[in-house]
Amino acid sequence: MKQIKQVLGGELRKYTMVIALVALILIFHIASGGKMITPSNFQNLLSGNAYVLILAIGMLMVIVIGQIDLSVGSVSGFCGMVMALTATNLNWPWWAAVLCGLGIGVLIGAWQGFWVAKLGIPGFITTLGGMMIFRGGVIWISKSISVPAPAELKWFGAGYLPEWGPSFTGMNNSTLLLGIIAIAALAFMQLRKHKRTSELKGGNEPLWPVVTRIILGAVVIGYLTWLFGSGRPGTSFPIPGLILVILVIIYHTITQRTRFGRHIYAVGGNKSAAALSGVNVKKTYFLTMLNMSFLAALAGIMFVGRSTAAGPSDGNGWELDAIASVYIGGAAVSGGVGTIMATMVGGMVMAVLNSGLMLMGVGADKTQVIKGLVLLAAVAFDVYNKQPGHVSITKRLFSTKDSAAKEGSPAAKES
Amino acid sequence: MDDSLILQMREITKVFPGVRALDGVTLKVRRGEIHSICGENGAGKSTLMKVLSGVYPYGSYEGQIIYMGKEAMFKNIKESEHAGIVIIHQELTMIPELSIAENIFMGNEVVKNGLIDWDAARQRTVELLERVGLNLDPDTPIKNLGVGQQQLVEIAKALSKNVKLLILDEPTSALNEADSANLLELMRGLKSKDITCIMISHKLNEIAAISDAVTVIRDGRTVETYAVEAGHVDEDRIIRSMVGRSIENRYPAHEPHPGEVVFEVSGWRVEDPNIPGRMVCKDSSFFVRAGEIVGFAGLMGAGRTELMRSLFGHNYGIFRGGSIRLKGRELHIPTVSAAIEAGIAYVPEDRKTLGLNLIDNIRMTIVSANLKAILRGGLLDFDKELQAAEQHRESLKIKAHSVDVGVTTLSGGNQQKVVLGKWMFTEPEVLILDEPTRGIDVGAKYEIYRLIHELADLGKAVILVSSELPELLGMSDRIYTIFEGSITGVLDSKDADQEKLMRLMTNSSAAKPA
Repeated sequence: MKQIKQVLGGELRKYTMVIALVALILIFHIASGGKMITPSNFQNLLSGNAYVLILAIGMLMVIVIGQIDLSVGSVSGFCGMVMALTATNLNWPWWAAVLCGLGIGVLIGAWQGFWVAKLGIPGFITTLGGMMIFRGGVIWISKSISVPAPAELKWFGAGYLPEWGPSFTGMNNSTLLLGIIAIAALAFMQLRKHKRTSELKGGNEPLWPVVTRIILGAVVIGYLTWLFGSGRPGTSFPIPGLILVILVIIYHTITQRTRFGRHIYAVGGNKSAAALSGVNVKKTYFLTMLNMSFLAALAGIMFVGRSTAAGPSDGNGWELDAIASVYIGGAAVSGGVGTIMATMVGGMVMAVLNSGLMLMGVGADKTQVIKGLVLLAAVAFDVYNKQPGHVSITKRLFSTKDSAAKEGSPAAKES
Repeated sequence: MDDSLILQMREITKVFPGVRALDGVTLKVRRGEIHSICGENGAGKSTLMKVLSGVYPYGSYEGQIIYMGKEAMFKNIKESEHAGIVIIHQELTMIPELSIAENIFMGNEVVKNGLIDWDAARQRTVELLERVGLNLDPDTPIKNLGVGQQQLVEIAKALSKNVKLLILDEPTSALNEADSANLLELMRGLKSKDITCIMISHKLNEIAAISDAVTVIRDGRTVETYAVEAGHVDEDRIIRSMVGRSIENRYPAHEPHPGEVVFEVSGWRVEDPNIPGRMVCKDSSFFVRAGEIVGFAGLMGAGRTELMRSLFGHNYGIFRGGSIRLKGRELHIPTVSAAIEAGIAYVPEDRKTLGLNLIDNIRMTIVSANLKAILRGGLLDFDKELQAAEQHRESLKIKAHSVDVGVTTLSGGNQQKVVLGKWMFTEPEVLILDEPTRGIDVGAKYEIYRLIHELADLGKAVILVSSELPELLGMSDRIYTIFEGSITGVLDSKDADQEKLMRLMTNSSAAKPA
């Protein structure tokens, strides 16, 4: 047990959801008669859900600052439509249309950020308004008609990496290359971290947990590489998945390794204390809301690329999937808690549920019911874990003075 | 049984984890009198009233309450109110959006056939308002009333409950002079209608004006109770009783080495952000030398915290003028981050709501006010963070097995050390410490005092705001006193004693600038 802990780095609890995800995949694989863990299903899982996961990245940050954004579905739809219209009706080149769509996303974000940060309107209300405004806007500018999207965008929404090089690898070589890069990066970072901590703590930190960690990571990445790379010819690790991975790396770095990231958590954890520590609370609100709409625009454009046309009802209900992903990933409604990585796991749980239930032939109606129950169960599990009296064993070992004093108070009466 | 007594509280003891808030307090109140209770902040006055009104239910304290000749065993406020004991808290508890009538009958609605009878409620409201001298439409929302009127509505609400013993907790702390006078007049009127009042107050002139008897509480014990003859209160006697505690050897010895004046504030004026026209800092000027510890004394609501927070990047109130000079250079610091940048640190009085993000661990807290210092190539460097945190854990002797421990798991003293560490990491020139030892035990206090001395020895200008006069006298080199937003005096601590300070803290006429 202790050794497992050393390998995984302390807190085992944060892996609960990962374990649940793996278990779900295995259960569906068996229940669907082996249809779950196949190259094409995994490719679809990623490229078909990348847009929701991208929204979830932004939503995590919004929820961490203690707000919520209900408008993301509408904003996605609106920006996707703007992109399609500028490309098709105005004959702009595809890249200009994409930039235009993203630019509109940023403007919308600035608009919502203004209401939240400058005027102090709760995000719930601001974005409820935004949800109506931009849903109406999509229908208005499109006149309720689908607009075809430039063909080049299909690559972003549902494309694959190129095929090249020798065929003896038995898989898509671009995917193989990605896998090798990922393993190398993992090894490099783990070793560098180990070296730094050894230097810092003076003593020699044991090397074996690091090595075990690298080997474990390499096995997992290697397996996924093979899974994604060995599909039918012409397929690989999907482009939307690649975009998602790049965004996750960027935003993970922003939230964990920059001052802005710290400010997000500080504002969500205790606004007054953050303000007294020199954090510009309004600016933090503004930028977070702005970023959310930018990511919504990106997700909307990718979705349009995938479906080759922008429709007036694109993005309906996406906000709810994004919010659910964040909460399943363990974020707190009160703000200040949650990570991008956990949110991605939460989002994948939702995606796997969708895909697995579909493979089993469960209808959309029942799928909705099950997803709702899973959301409740996940959050209830989290709340239960955090309640006093149900503290985990690690916490029990370091019980606070408070509880000790309370137990002692009846005795104090006698004196 | 003495029939003239409406209330006797005998040997009341109330223990909180680690603190003995009340220790055998005795209080006797005669029927129909106005009885004042005074004592320093934290002496146990409010706790005593909470015991009386059932906020702390029967069984959670020791001792006996005899009310109207019978032992009272209130389990909650409802029961004590039913018996005719009503407490009006310092912070008004009415709902601003609702009307006067709705507020008065909140939780006590006039019901007819299962529905609220608003006509009857309105009519009774008008009668009640008349009794407190208000001529208002019962449908007026509370938010449209001034603080003074709201206070009167609170009293009307108490009257609606058929009050026999009315407890007012610092009733005039938020009122201007005219409203205060009005309220005191009303209390005299209630007395003639056989309603007994208990008033908690800091203001000696008010106590003198209307009390029939005074009880002084100190450190959770009754010091003395005495009747007031014909409106004459011996203020000196009250002050002596309030502060008369021996200063034991609770403060480490320290030889001050004050240098040049480094921090200078002049003509600082701040307006209350909620009450237009009310100034919370009236033309405050003071200075601090390098290596000097300067105390600020003032009773609750005097405006000490407000002054400090407005100095700290205008974090509180509306800035109305004044200047700050640091080492002779005038500062323009309209934001907290600018203030931090300029070398000012403010350790807030309430560490749980203002000082800490309770979700964070020690290492994240230590660096949180100076993230710039742990940047490497634009990104936060966790190694630097760890180093900084470990260094402060060691130098401040924070008791935790690792810097990854969450701050909620720490004791009050250790939490305070973490907050101090957070501000020391910003490398300030001026450190403002607002109640740095509130709610922490004696041993931890001693360590905090040692740290303050170390900071002063490093040449920092230290400002110490405290409600505990012995602490100010034991720690400071000089002490400023504040009363109602004005600095009323400054004393060298060798010339100062608690009585002199208390006089300056309660009496604006002593040294008010013209």
